[in-house]
Amino acid sequence: MAIRTPSTSIFRPQRGTDQRVLEANRDLVEMINRRNVLRGAVSLGALTFLTGCDVTEADQVQTVLRAVSSWNDRVQQLIFRPNHLAPTYSEAQVVKPPRFNAHYEIDEVSPVDADDWKLELSGRIEDKRPWTAEQIYQLPEQELIIRHICVEGWDYIGQWSGPNLRMFLERVGADLTAKYIAFRCADDYTESLDMATALHPQTILATKYAKEPITDPFGFPLRLRTAVKLGFKNAKWITAIEVTNEFPETYYGKEGFNWYSGI
Amino acid sequence: MQAADPFADTAPDNGVADAGVAVSHRRHGPKAHMRRLHPLPIRIMHWTNAVAMFIMIGSGWKIYNDEVIFGWLHFPDFLTIGRWAQHGLQWHFLGMWIVVLNGIAYVTYGIATGRFRRMLLPIRWKDLIATISDALRLRLSHQDPTRYNTVQKLLYVGVLAVGVLIVLSGLAIWKPIQFSELLALFSSFQTARLVHFLCMTAIVGFVIVHVALALLVPHTLVAMITGGPVVADETAPQEPTAQLEPTH
Repeated sequence: MAIRTPSTSIFRPQRGTDQRVLEANRDLVEMINRRNVLRGAVSLGALTFLTGCDVTEADQVQTVLRAVSSWNDRVQQLIFRPNHLAPTYSEAQVVKPPRFNAHYEIDEVSPVDADDWKLELSGRIEDKRPWTAEQIYQLPEQELIIRHICVEGWDYIGQWSGPNLRMFLERVGADLTAKYIAFRCADDYTESLDMATALHPQTILATKYAKEPITDPFGFPLRLRTAVKLGFKNAKWITAIEVTNEFPETYYGKEGFNWYSGI
Repeated sequence: MQAADPFADTAPDNGVADAGVAVSHRRHGPKAHMRRLHPLPIRIMHWTNAVAMFIMIGSGWKIYNDEVIFGWLHFPDFLTIGRWAQHGLQWHFLGMWIVVLNGIAYVTYGIATGRFRRMLLPIRWKDLIATISDALRLRLSHQDPTRYNTVQKLLYVGVLAVGVLIVLSGLAIWKPIQFSELLALFSSFQTARLVHFLCMTAIVGFVIVHVALALLVPHTLVAMITGGPVVADETAPQEPTAQLEPTH
């Protein structure tokens, strides 16, 4: 095992410690020595945080943080007002094109071919026949001009339209008393919502942006758009919908993002 | 009620006299109600808050870095808490419970015991000018930690107000739709974000001054650990100074 010399650090004195300061402040130093209790307490805390990168990722810390995050899911469900509508905006405020967000760059998007595409249904749904894009485009549309808020902190106003999700779920005979609705996407992204959010009047399966079919980077041919969740909860390029009572794990949930992420 | 006060008999041994503090229970009549300058609940809440602030600021900087408000300002990674932004968020949404529960306990205690009124009021222009004038002539006294000067009072009241504002703006950012009425007070989501950021800046500024002064006048720091000198509870009637028996 090689013996390494300490690396040069701006926090390490270059030429030993000057003892004069210690002599001049001996009284103060002795006083500080009486603070062992505080020092011990603070050092323990400081150790936890200064080495934050390693400790944060340690399993035990993640277990605690994720338990708090689950608790926060429940609190957010209590706070949720099912009939409280998000503010809507005028067409003049709509940003075109919308802002892209995904866990990869916009030029890495693989477009979906609408002719081959099908929306599959599974779980607690009576009529599980798959839907073609053509069939979905024939459903009555609802338009939402709402604010998109990203977990990162940016926002913009977008104009989305498509069938209301509650109407769609009723139409296919979904069990509206089930707990969750899960989405699978063409890029293998997974996302899920609590049923209360799925049934909110401002939750739609969007097919259009600013009255035109949604373009490839933003979820063509079908994506979710809800006014009451952060951006990443709005699954794009949806290929399957499942209604279930089993908690559906999600792509970002596994990464440590809060599952509920209501706004 | 003296017999019920656990600190009344231990006053002479608390070590604070070494720090040159002349206040002691011996200066008051035996019937005066005695307590520590910083009673135990205050000390627990103070250090709980210190830990919570550490978590909130460090994780807040991690979250900020993910989408900066000012292009020229990124916080160095070693000052932030959490590996990635989502871990910063996890810490922030843990810390918020500590801040809010501890803050509610602190404000309730401060009002119910009269501590806020006793320690932080009154704030008068005349006293403020006198304090500033003393400070400029380097005559500001640090011997008596039981009384805050007017600048201290203003800073403590100010940071409490900022504390309320940072919680409100934080709630508005966390729940801009569920609490859309609250968000409307800040006009927009980005304004609420900016207010939250500016409140953080004010608190960091306060912490720097607060910690620097505590280190310059160490007996104030010791008092927040040991409880500090024993003082008369002013809710009980006080004897005039002239009638005090001389101390030995």
